[in-house]
Amino acid sequence: MELLSGADMLIRSLQDEGIEYIYGYPGGAALHIYDALFRQDKVKHILVRHEQAAVHMADGYARATGLPGTVLVTSGPGATNTITGIATAFMDSIPMVVLCGQVASTLIGEDAFQETDMIGVSRPVVKHNLSVRHPEDIPEIIRKAYYIAATGRPGPVVVDIPKDMTTPNERYEYVFPKKVKLRSYNPAIRGHAGQIKKAVDMLMAARRPIIYAGGGVILGKASDQLTELVKMLGYPITNTIMGIGCYPASDKQHLGWLGMHGTYESNMAMHHSDLILCVGARFDDRVTNATEKFCPGARIVHIDIDPASISKTIDADVPIVGPVDAVLKEMITLVKESKEKPDAEAIAAWWKQIEEWRAFHGMRYETSPDVIKPQEVVEALWRLTKGEAFVTSDVGQHQMFAAQYYKFDRPNRWINSGGLGTMGFGLPAAMGVKLTHPDDEVLCITGEGSIQMNIQELSTCKQYNLPVKIINLNNQALGMVKQWQDMNYESRHAESYMGSLPDFIKLAEAYGHKGVRIEKKEDLEPMLKEALAMKDDLVFVDIYVDRFEHVYPMQVARGSMKDMWLSKTERV
Amino acid sequence: MRRIISVLLENEPGALSRVVGLFSQRNYNIETLTVAPTEDETLSRLTVTTTGSDKVIEQITKQLNKLIEVVKLVDLTEGAHIERELMLVKLKATGSQRAEIKRTVDIFRGQIVDVTSSVYTVQLAGNSEKLDGFIQAVGTSGVLEVVRSGVSGIARGEKVLSL
Ligand SMILES: Cc1ncc(C[n+]2csc(CCOP(=O)(O)OP(=O)(O)O)c2C)c(N)n1
Ligand SMILES: [Mg+2]
Repeated sequence: MELLSGADMLIRSLQDEGIEYIYGYPGGAALHIYDALFRQDKVKHILVRHEQAAVHMADGYARATGLPGTVLVTSGPGATNTITGIATAFMDSIPMVVLCGQVASTLIGEDAFQETDMIGVSRPVVKHNLSVRHPEDIPEIIRKAYYIAATGRPGPVVVDIPKDMTTPNERYEYVFPKKVKLRSYNPAIRGHAGQIKKAVDMLMAARRPIIYAGGGVILGKASDQLTELVKMLGYPITNTIMGIGCYPASDKQHLGWLGMHGTYESNMAMHHSDLILCVGARFDDRVTNATEKFCPGARIVHIDIDPASISKTIDADVPIVGPVDAVLKEMITLVKESKEKPDAEAIAAWWKQIEEWRAFHGMRYETSPDVIKPQEVVEALWRLTKGEAFVTSDVGQHQMFAAQYYKFDRPNRWINSGGLGTMGFGLPAAMGVKLTHPDDEVLCITGEGSIQMNIQELSTCKQYNLPVKIINLNNQALGMVKQWQDMNYESRHAESYMGSLPDFIKLAEAYGHKGVRIEKKEDLEPMLKEALAMKDDLVFVDIYVDRFEHVYPMQVARGSMKDMWLSKTERV
Repeated sequence: MRRIISVLLENEPGALSRVVGLFSQRNYNIETLTVAPTEDETLSRLTVTTTGSDKVIEQITKQLNKLIEVVKLVDLTEGAHIERELMLVKLKATGSQRAEIKRTVDIFRGQIVDVTSSVYTVQLAGNSEKLDGFIQAVGTSGVLEVVRSGVSGIARGEKVLSL
């Protein structure tokens, strides 16, 4: 029988859970735990410069690997600083466990120094949260936390650990549970066979079908199954911004992504379809536009692990609750066995129509002889990295340009805060990816507004040697805000201009990194190449891009999916 | 439409706040809420009455089911059921009012459970409309204090909500 203190049990449980990295920041209530960390070397701790960044790092790691991330912070301000990161992970269903110190249980409720009710504060933005009431429960709580975070529809789980639960000289028997059983939590393990059959019949009978895939395909590790099914059917596919990479963007059947800034052909095809097969997406408002005008002629099959995502905003004709990989696998078998075949003539006519839409617009922008367009920066990066890089982004116009012009053929490579839209996400997320993928190119495509929200992490990059490439699409403005003001407020640019930008090159150098500024169009590709060639350095590439560019297509507010601005002057 | 949703909840600290938080977070109505432990001390039984379109009610039940501590739930209004609410009410009772109140209490099958020279305390159980009806019958001017338990409900017949 092994006797361990609560703190040692916690770290041992992390080891037994197979956790390699935790991202965090110490403080009073977490010091017993930090001491236990110090006395071992299996779990490595990465010291960030702000707790929000620790959560985004864990998040980037989780998105790139599909494994839950781990965060450790102290009580009070340490814990509250994680909230934006937790909410970011929650909105995108990212698995992670956030371990928070807490004041001693005897002090809870007394407004003790650095006491915050983290269970209460985090409740609306977690999948679940747990507090430790007896030190001997720690192994089971840790096991439960990871189990809940990573299964079903994944999400963040907070564990609140009062300091007296980790007291060094109080030891308890350590037993790491092999299995967790929760009578009240049983995520579906397969879809309903009858519903799947019905869906396949509908797929065979459809004349204008489209597959609409989302982040659930990536989270559910079902890209292969999805690709196989879509290839087999020969139908068009679009995906959400969260689903980028779930199906190869370079394939002909792929129409690009859909929604507010999606491609013309995706939005048109959705609107005119007669059958939508939704796989692991949730019909959110950035996709559907006005729900009452959504795809009037379409019947809807909706596959999701989370029943609450089905018929929430758009009613499904055939709901299928289950893990997307298992459901798609069954569909593939049924399609293979099906006596009914798709109506070749109808499908050919549908493709002809889609090709016309593609030819009419497609993804394009106007170039200029002297100004660097943000889109061409992304295209150059895509060429130079052969489409193989991990790309994280922040939030704004640069995010949309990155998603539109970098073509991802693989899942888990495009990493962005799609649901919460958190500025400041990009750099720490890139760090989380780079740490575990040191040989891969990791780009953070950002804006001069967003990068300043977690710029302090340049220091962490130095400490742990994380040579990410920061690509700052510097339009000297909060560009996305400015675009909305141009379109909806007669160009009254209230607080969307940043008049006092730092010298990012000097800033990068001050932190011990390299900086490159690109201002001339002819310098773009050669200087990007040079920057990317500095494999061992973090390079901050500050690129002065067109200050007046807008993101298009853009759906017209309160319209249907097909109502879009295609440029500053063309509206369809 | 008004619905009565009955929930078996893990009897753990914080579980109730998750249910209540869900309703406010997602903008759902709570009309009444009751909660108490059951014969199985690891479980609480919670009854919530709410109103909303069928779509909203479907979301409420799905979102409730997603809470880790919710073990099982049923929308009692989907089938035949019994609902009861308990009310304690203090009424001004002097002079001729006393007999009048006594009569009304009898008609509603209530009981006078406490008496002073000027006040009757009445206990009444039934569905919510019956309790409303009693208040209307005695007139709000004589009502000094009202305490209602909120609705508890159970399905009719063989159906049970248990593990
Ligand atoms: C934390 C946070 N605050 C505010 C916003 C609102 N917002 C969305 S985009 C944007 C501008 C971003 O500017 P920048 O990073 O320079 O990107 P650009 O749009 O110029 O490419 C703002 C303020 C947000 N998404 N996140
Ligand atoms: Mg900007």
